[in-house]
Amino acid sequence: MSGTDVAGNIKVELGRRYRFAAAHRLHSLQLSDEENARIYGKCNNPCGHGHNYVVEISVSGEIDPATGMIANLADLDGFAQREVLDPFDHRSLNEEVEAFRTEVPTTENLCIEIFRRMRAFPKAKLERVRVEETSNNSFEYTGDAASDSEAAPQGR
Amino acid sequence: MVLLTRKIEFSASHRYHNPAFSPEENQRVFGKCNNPHGHGHNYTLEVTVAGEPDPATGMVVDLSDLKKILEQEVMRRMDHRHLNFEVPELAGQIPTCENVARVIWNLLEPKITQGRLHRVRLYESPDLFADCYRNGAGRNAS
Repeated sequence: MSGTDVAGNIKVELGRRYRFAAAHRLHSLQLSDEENARIYGKCNNPCGHGHNYVVEISVSGEIDPATGMIANLADLDGFAQREVLDPFDHRSLNEEVEAFRTEVPTTENLCIEIFRRMRAFPKAKLERVRVEETSNNSFEYTGDAASDSEAAPQGR
Repeated sequence: MVLLTRKIEFSASHRYHNPAFSPEENQRVFGKCNNPHGHGHNYTLEVTVAGEPDPATGMVVDLSDLKKILEQEVMRRMDHRHLNFEVPELAGQIPTCENVARVIWNLLEPKITQGRLHRVRLYESPDLFADCYRNGAGRNAS
């Protein structure tokens, strides 16, 4: 059995986990200082705090019979390193990531920002971004929010 | 619908090598996974079965039946084996996580008659895994 006889009936996704550490502060410019303190609690403390984030990226596509791969891990790792890990790791999300100069760097918004960046990966289709802010809190985004459709790059 | 997941672990060796590639091409594409004597992993397999709980037993699938299927179809074939040489279902394929997961899906799907196979997730390491779904019934469209 080569696997190709039934391959059309099966969808295969490749999942990869990455880690970075970053600082953030939850503070909305649309809210008063009192509201920020009430809604975000200690996450609104003025000098920020940090997390060890885990990012899980899932991509799909045909398995290339010559390599057995949906996408070469070296390509995926290099892209994630350049687009997400280098710009985020050991940085302040609020101060050093353009999107979070205006948006609140909640992990919901972080998922969307990472999805926007990883969606440009040219070798496979991005299915999902899942981010663990701590081992107890995780968030997932599959690219269905209307808010980021306008930012969509070339269609696939 | 309720999803039930059973996890098993097995250990196996493999090597990525395409005989149609030159040695340089194999090295470039597969890197250290092309090292001539192979290497191995502790694989973790999560098998998810979907269905309605049987009113009489409260079960989507009898776990002891599922355990037997996993033992027969996966453990006996792959545990402490070399995936390139000892698993006929992988003959002619590069034993990547994607291909091994797909082979496992194909082995399990016809055997699971109580409930239906929803997902096969195979971890090659804690940071690398492959998911298989029935086409059109992906995780986000179950």
